[in-house]
Parts: sequence; C-alpha cells; structure tokens
Amino acid sequence: MNNNETIMEVKNLVKYFPVAGETFGKSSLLKAVDDVSFTIKRGETLGLVGESGCGKTTVGRTIMRLYEPTSGKVIFKGKDIVSAKPNEMKSIRRQIQMIFQDPYASLNPRMTVSDIIGEPLDIHRLAKGNARKNRIHELLQMVGLNAEHATRYPHEFSGGQRQRIGIARALAVEPEFIICDEPISALDVSIQAQVINLLEELQENLGLTYLFIAHDLAMVKHISTQVAVMYLGKIVEIADSHELFANPQHPYTQALLSAIPTPDPKIAKEHKRIILEGDVPSPIDPPAGCRFHTRCRFAKDICAQQEPEFKGDSKHQVACHLI
Amino acid sequence: MTALLEVKDLRVSFFIPAGEVQAVRGISFTLEKGESLAIVGESGCGKSVTVQSIMRLLQSPPAKIAGGSILFQGKDLLKLSEREMEKVRGNEIGMIFQDPMTSLNPTMKIGKQIAEGVRMHRKVSTEDAKRRALEMENLVGLPHPERRYDQYPHEFSGGMRQRTMIAMSLACEPKLVIADEPTTALDVTIQAQILELMKDIQKRLDTAIILITHDLGIVADLCHRVVVMYAGKIIESGSIEDIFYNPQHPYTWGLLKSVPSIHSQEKRRLVPIPGQPPDLIKPPAGCAFMPRCKYAMKVCVEHDPADFQINNGHKAACWLLHPAAAAIKEAAELEARA
Repeated sequence: MNNNETIMEVKNLVKYFPVAGETFGKSSLLKAVDDVSFTIKRGETLGLVGESGCGKTTVGRTIMRLYEPTSGKVIFKGKDIVSAKPNEMKSIRRQIQMIFQDPYASLNPRMTVSDIIGEPLDIHRLAKGNARKNRIHELLQMVGLNAEHATRYPHEFSGGQRQRIGIARALAVEPEFIICDEPISALDVSIQAQVINLLEELQENLGLTYLFIAHDLAMVKHISTQVAVMYLGKIVEIADSHELFANPQHPYTQALLSAIPTPDPKIAKEHKRIILEGDVPSPIDPPAGCRFHTRCRFAKDICAQQEPEFKGDSKHQVACHLI
Repeated sequence: MTALLEVKDLRVSFFIPAGEVQAVRGISFTLEKGESLAIVGESGCGKSVTVQSIMRLLQSPPAKIAGGSILFQGKDLLKLSEREMEKVRGNEIGMIFQDPMTSLNPTMKIGKQIAEGVRMHRKVSTEDAKRRALEMENLVGLPHPERRYDQYPHEFSGGMRQRTMIAMSLACEPKLVIADEPTTALDVTIQAQILELMKDIQKRLDTAIILITHDLGIVADLCHRVVVMYAGKIIESGSIEDIFYNPQHPYTWGLLKSVPSIHSQEKRRLVPIPGQPPDLIKPPAGCAFMPRCKYAMKVCVEHDPADFQINNGHKAACWLLHPAAAAIKEAAELEARA
C-alpha cells in the first residue's frame, strides 16, 4: 500500500440546515455537522460511528458535496473540493464514490443491472460498445456475481446481491476513495459478513480507501484502521481502532461500547452496562459547552460552560474536560 | 406440570399468485411459566409468522394455518372463535412490536392508549383505568407520568414510544409477552435502556417472554432458551449455554462465526455463510440448508434430517449427528470451531 500518504483531509467541516421555526417567518438552524476534522491515509479505513441524528451521514454527503458545506475544507489529494468548480467536480466524483445503505432504494427498478453499472461508464465516457460490455462483466465478477446477471432487473435479486450491484456501480469508474454509508445495516447477519469480506478483498486488491459510516460498532471495529465517534454533530473521540475499543476515554464512547450486547452468555451475565439517561438533545438547539454534558455521569460545572478542546496524541484524541 | 405454551407441528402457508409459500413447515416448541425464549433466524425464516400465528394476527387469505396446534394454558388457540381470541390478546398474551412509530395510534393520547386495554379487559371505572395507566407509566420509567398521560405519540422519542408499547403490553398482567424485534429500530444506548427495563420487569412480574431477534448479543443477555429457525423449520434448540458453547448445527456455527466480536483481540476474517436461503414456494425435499452447507452429504439432498437429542433440552436437526456420520462430524466440528 502507498504508505502514509494522506488522501483525505477534512478540516473544520460545518453543515447547518435551515429549518422552519415555531412561528412563521422565523427560521432556525439545525447544526448537523459542527466543526468536524479528520484525516484518512491511502489504503486505510476510517470508521465513523454514532447514533441516529449525530451527523455521520451528513459528513459523508457533505464530503461528496451532495450537500454544500456551510464552511470548512475537504482536501482530497491536496485539492480543496469545496472550492472546486462544476467541471472539476465531475472528475473528482470519478475518484470518490459512494455505496448507499438501502439496496432496495438505491437501484433504479426500471434499469437492468448492465444499465445500472454501465451508467457511470457512459457519464464519464470510459467505455463503449464491446469494451463497455466486457467491463460490466468484469465488474460483476469482481463483486461475486456473473455475466448472466447483467440483463436482469434489481427485483430479481436478494438484498445482499443488490448491495453487490451497488458496489460494482461504485467500482465502475475506478475510484480511489469510497464512502460506505451503512452498507450492511439493511442485510441479514450471514449476508453482512459476505459484503464485509468483499469490501475487505477489494480494498486489498485495488488499494481503496474507505470512509465507513455505521452504527454497528463490532463491524466498525472489524473493518476500520481508525475510528471516530460522533455525538450531536461533533467528533468526541478519534483513535486507532484497536486503541479506541481497548481504551475508550470519552464517557460517551464508554457508554456506547458498554451498550453493545455481547453474543456470549457468560460475559453478558457479568457485564455491567452504563445506562445513559434520557435521549439525545435536539441538534437545533444543542446544549452549550460540552454537548454530552446533559447525559454525562461525570459532568462538572465547566462542562456546561466551555466547549472541550481535543487532547491527546496523534493516535488518540478526546474532547472532554475531565481527561 | 403443563407448559404455559405448547406449539405442536405448526404449519403456516401463504397463498400468493406464484403459488403456496410454506412459511412455517411443522415446528414444535414449549415455553414454561416465567421462561424467556428467543427465536432467532434470518428474514423470511418464519419467526414472525410463528408468533403472529400464536396471536392469530395473520390475515386469511392469503395466510392459512395448515396444521398443528397452539396450546396456551391447555386450550388450543387455533380453535378459539375471534370473540374468544379477543379476550386472550392483550389480556393473557401481550405483544410488543418492532416499530413503535407505527404501532401507536397517532391521534390518541398516550395515557388513553394504555388505559384502553385495561378498560376493555377489566370491568373498571375510567378513574381506575387511568390510575392503572399511570402505574404502568411509572413501571416502565416514563418521566412525569401525569404530564405524559396527556401527550401524543409524536411528542415522544423512539425509546419513550417503545416504553409506552411495553406499558400497554403489560397493563393487564399477561402471563406471556411476545416481543417481535423490540429494539431493532432503536439506537444502541436506547436499546440498552429498553433491555435493562425488560430484564427488570421480567424478574419482578415473572412474565414469560418470547423474543424474536436476529441479534445474538440480545439473546445471550436476556433469554434462557433459544430456538434457531431456518427456512420455516427449527434446526436447533437448547439453553443459551448449549447454543453458544456447544452448537451442533452447521447453520448455528455459521451464525455465530459471521458476527465479529468487540472483545476479540486479534483480527480474523469473518466467515460468511455462502449463498442465500431457499425459495419456500418449492421447499427442498432434503435439508433446506444443504445448498449452503459445507458438510452436506448425499443423505442431506434426499431426506430431511430428523431431530437428534444432544442432551435433555438440546436438539438439532442435522444428519451429521447420525452415528454413521460420526467421523465426518468430528472433522467438521474441529474445523468450524477453529
């Protein structure tokens, strides 16, 4: 692998959505992503975890400029994507692709598999005629399907197979960076492992870099080199995967990890869960100071007043006053 | 002592234009009082259809209960009239559904929804029903019960709605609660809250639970016994210790090996189960798992495996357990556990 080259750097990324206010005319801001920074090295995987509404999907979509960022930089291979012009964006999107969560909604039901996978080839004018057909067959084989599937429609496939079609479509333009947005959460357990193994093989063979967005922490641990934990639009902790799971520092990360049910009756019996009280506050009016302080077991006065800065070394960073 | 619930050779089919889908193909299990049983398996294996048959919630047509019996406290639920069944539902057997967003009535106040069941099954005054509803809100940990009573579902978060569902299902003190994927729609930290609540309530009220889930972690935490279903049949059943530490069926091996553990130190490749479940319009003559099974033998193609007893309470349906296959089984087991 191309050692240590930073392929993606996200700097102070912010995305606010305007939402209609309680009274007419007054609108307020939903702070979906608020000052998020991380870097990913070529050939590695950053796992982005957090609960629904924490902004992890918005991060992925803003990186691709499916949403225009409110502010911040997304530096891909040394170039800021945020300021790229539309024609530049087209070539950047060839290098960054996305795999979506729902394999039922993300494939056009009226297109054949060959059209679905061939569309990016047509858009980017990569192959025509026989070359196009051969490339489609090659891609199908790469994801564990075969040439005879090309003429069929999405409804003829199972969820796992559809996700393979989505992966083949993403691979068609030979991207370097793939954003996987909950690629397995709609699949059954035995099929999840198939798709994860496929993603790992492709990464090894093609040198791909992944941003892997998910809420299944065990899967994220399995596939990631580095893991970032998000809460209410902010990263609260980021560390090497092994380090984060062995030595979680932030109270939210600790609670999140302890909440995962363990498939082992003996461990489950002895295991004491940290139960968080209440629900996640609204991102429209997030708590001042540390956003987690309203549910934190250890919260002190300072947590409600000041926003915590990141502490730690390059291998493990935590945003918490109490560390 | 008779079991609280005894399902015997239950068969359920759906008649659709393409043919007869045999969703449940002859399953039997029992549940004792106060026991908690997990039914696990992949989508389409028949686990939801099984519990919906127990509650008689399947619409007919297209569904048809083709055979078997469901004895609840000695009476066959399949023989009850709709009128009699209404007295069972919500009263003797409670149910918690997967999606708390769609299973509550959006136009009715939370408190009223909890009280409704009480008023329907018990001859109580409006005040008493309200008192009971408030009691239930308290039990499931809804903060400020009095205020919550007058709120509507849209004002509740997912976790609070699921607490409401649990309160509704328990309001009449049923002997059995069926929970169909009760935490699948929730985030992990909220799931942890709900699981603690269910454990606590089960201890206090001694309610029997049937839990449907695909998350083996939840099973290990909450249940005493497990039934593993595949393609409409039970392929293995036993105590959680049997299933997690001494699994016998290759499908159970596969299920256990295809999930990563957050406790494992070294990274290993996941072992997926290749292929996918069979089409139940034309269920295979032999073992339904055969096409995906690494250890399949000739007999598996033609003959559906019989149940083999491993110990008291632990059964598995696999030809590897036949004495004649002992040598193959040993090799397979070594490999599967490596």
